[in-house]
Amino acid sequence: MSQTDPSETPLYSARAPVFPRRVSGSFRRLKWWLMGMMLGIYYITPWIRWDRGPTLPDQAVLLDLGNRRFFFFMIEIWPHEFYFVAGLLIMAGLGLFLFTSALGRVWCGYACPQTVWTDLYLLVERWIDGDRNAQLRLWQQKWNLRKISLRAAKWSIWLLIGAGTGGAWVFYYTDAPTLFSDLLHGTAHPAAYLWIAILTTTTFIFGGFMREQICIYACPWPRIQAAMMDEDTITIAYREWRGEPRGKHRKAEGASELGDCIDCMACVNVCPMGIDIRDGQQLECITCGLCIDACDTMMDKVGKPRGLIGYMALKDEPIERAGAKPQQVWKHIFRPRTMMYFTLWSAIGITLIVMLFLRSPFEFNVTPVRNPMYVLLSDGSIRNTYEVRLRNMQPKATTLEITMTGGEEHDFAEHPEDVELVLEGQETNVVTVAPDETLTQRIYVTAPRGSDLADERRTDVRFWLRDVDGTDRISVDSVFNGKDN
Amino acid sequence: MSKAPAKTTKPGDVSTTGHEWDGIQEFNNPLPRWWLWTFYICIVWAIGYSIAYPAWPLIKGATPGLLGASTRADVEAEIKRFADANGPIEAKLVATDLTAISADKDLASFAGNAGKAVFATWCSQCHGLGANGAVGYPNLLDNDWLWGGDIEAIYTTVMHGVRNTEDLDARYSEMPRFGTDGLLEEAQIGEVVQYVRQLSGESHDGTKAEAGAVVFADNCAACHGDDGTGNRDLGAPNLTDAIWLYGGSEAALTQTVANARFGVMPSWAPRLSEAEVRAVAFYVHSLGGGE
Repeated sequence: MSQTDPSETPLYSARAPVFPRRVSGSFRRLKWWLMGMMLGIYYITPWIRWDRGPTLPDQAVLLDLGNRRFFFFMIEIWPHEFYFVAGLLIMAGLGLFLFTSALGRVWCGYACPQTVWTDLYLLVERWIDGDRNAQLRLWQQKWNLRKISLRAAKWSIWLLIGAGTGGAWVFYYTDAPTLFSDLLHGTAHPAAYLWIAILTTTTFIFGGFMREQICIYACPWPRIQAAMMDEDTITIAYREWRGEPRGKHRKAEGASELGDCIDCMACVNVCPMGIDIRDGQQLECITCGLCIDACDTMMDKVGKPRGLIGYMALKDEPIERAGAKPQQVWKHIFRPRTMMYFTLWSAIGITLIVMLFLRSPFEFNVTPVRNPMYVLLSDGSIRNTYEVRLRNMQPKATTLEITMTGGEEHDFAEHPEDVELVLEGQETNVVTVAPDETLTQRIYVTAPRGSDLADERRTDVRFWLRDVDGTDRISVDSVFNGKDN
Repeated sequence: MSKAPAKTTKPGDVSTTGHEWDGIQEFNNPLPRWWLWTFYICIVWAIGYSIAYPAWPLIKGATPGLLGASTRADVEAEIKRFADANGPIEAKLVATDLTAISADKDLASFAGNAGKAVFATWCSQCHGLGANGAVGYPNLLDNDWLWGGDIEAIYTTVMHGVRNTEDLDARYSEMPRFGTDGLLEEAQIGEVVQYVRQLSGESHDGTKAEAGAVVFADNCAACHGDDGTGNRDLGAPNLTDAIWLYGGSEAALTQTVANARFGVMPSWAPRLSEAEVRAVAFYVHSLGGGE
């Protein structure tokens, strides 16, 4: 066993700061558009109004935790329908699988909030401090008045953006205009301030200082993504068979021996993760496409063809190396794996939509009271009690009529004298449920002495709920417990 | 330009920790320093937390913590908060006429839920959690009442109890021990038992029942009525219906006539508040048998 001196190698390393250079090109343009769109959706959504009548909130997207309702435009989700939300989350997961297996880490590079907000923070940084070289100089410089004022300005704007992020977040949980006015007057619920403070802090730290560290060390998604990528996945790669050996063309002797890479470091300097794409695929790479823009700009300048760095499938590498034409992109994208993800994704989506349209505007559960199973009345008749829960999921009051028939074999509607159905506290078997509310109603069903219902151990029965003013009619099966229990 | 430490991305570039066992070396992919700082922050937090909150065990109890946190005090405060919040509606429950409670939706909802809690705490031991009673303990779900089934009668029964010695207003009656005290011959008891079974439509011996009718008229009708339908003023059960508090078999009835029964219920006036008694009376009245 031999040992070198461990004191020479550090066990912990400080973060090497990354100062990505400004770049322009088609991917940068796409990223600006996406950033504007996503931040726009995030900030504007809580302010969209949607009229639902006088009893319900008029916010288009609202997570009403207090009243256990989730509103999304014309859709209202009740707690017992949470499977809709679960379905949407599963769709989001499968959607990520689909995009990752087809196009690599597009989520990381273009849509992840960490990427979008870091991009926004970098924009502010360049605006205050200048581009990469100015930022580097400022970083190495000793603290003086200029550096203090620049830092103060940058961090203030970052904090404002962070406060806006947290501020928009809380608007999703309650009426936005009311909360906004409450926040300004200092009368909002403490939870609102707390959440704004938490999200301001995390946005400020993650977007301003942690940046790529979050992607490399904190986020589990890059580790999982490797399982979704294969040799057909379109991802960013350096065509080293074309670029190598790299070197500065004009100065180097024997420039004809050299590849297309002029070793200008443009791809490294623009990388927000601080890596060199020419080292091949690496776990830090979020495939944001900025190195493609940087390289294409340089290739244009030196008069070489574009695409030294570009999107490609690893399967094409040997083909391109041999000088042949690579497979068409759609052949890479449409393969069994992506088709399977897409099929699953759309199957769940279609199921959810169908269920959304099929759901009844009201719902009821019938729970037989089992303690005791039945009650013997003084005339010898047998009474069963049922707890009935009536949900009116409409913005208007609904009048419902409750009746009972036998199960499959016996229809009590033909023998109305057989059974007596009484609603606790009601004169008739009709009950009105207030808009958007749940009513618990006890129902007593009494079978006369000597009747089949009273004497049989168990009889299947069916409760019917009919909308008196409409056409909807739904049923729930239950049982009647007789004397033999 | 002093370059930041070169990033090592190629496997060959990674330095080792210097450890080597049988030719196997350990790569040194250094942990980010900020990660180390999160450990230090956690330690500092833990020290602060153990000072601020109860933490260190002592021989009796634990260090109280500077913030004075106490879950026991939290519970007490929470109970007081609920009691204070319920104050107005409890006052309203006390002020409202018993028969008018059901007309006020909010009050009825409160009384029903409060009564259910009171019932589960104080009444369920004898009457059962489902209020269906047991042998000797009346079923409160049915429509057969010994002392009356309207809400006011139920309220009085709960407030003062039945046949207890602690409350002078307790409902009271006593059935004679016809057998033990020698008031009736054994044969007469057998006859009256058959008559009582006849009254409620059970199988019986007709000859004996005929003789029993005479015994009944002489000894039982005073309380149970000429037709056997009972008397609520005396808590005398209706003997013509299908419900038996102590069982309707010949053996159980013989036992009842010979030794009598003496069911006791405590007075709840000293134990429950006026609002609680009203709530539980409302709850029992709403169970399906209320009159």
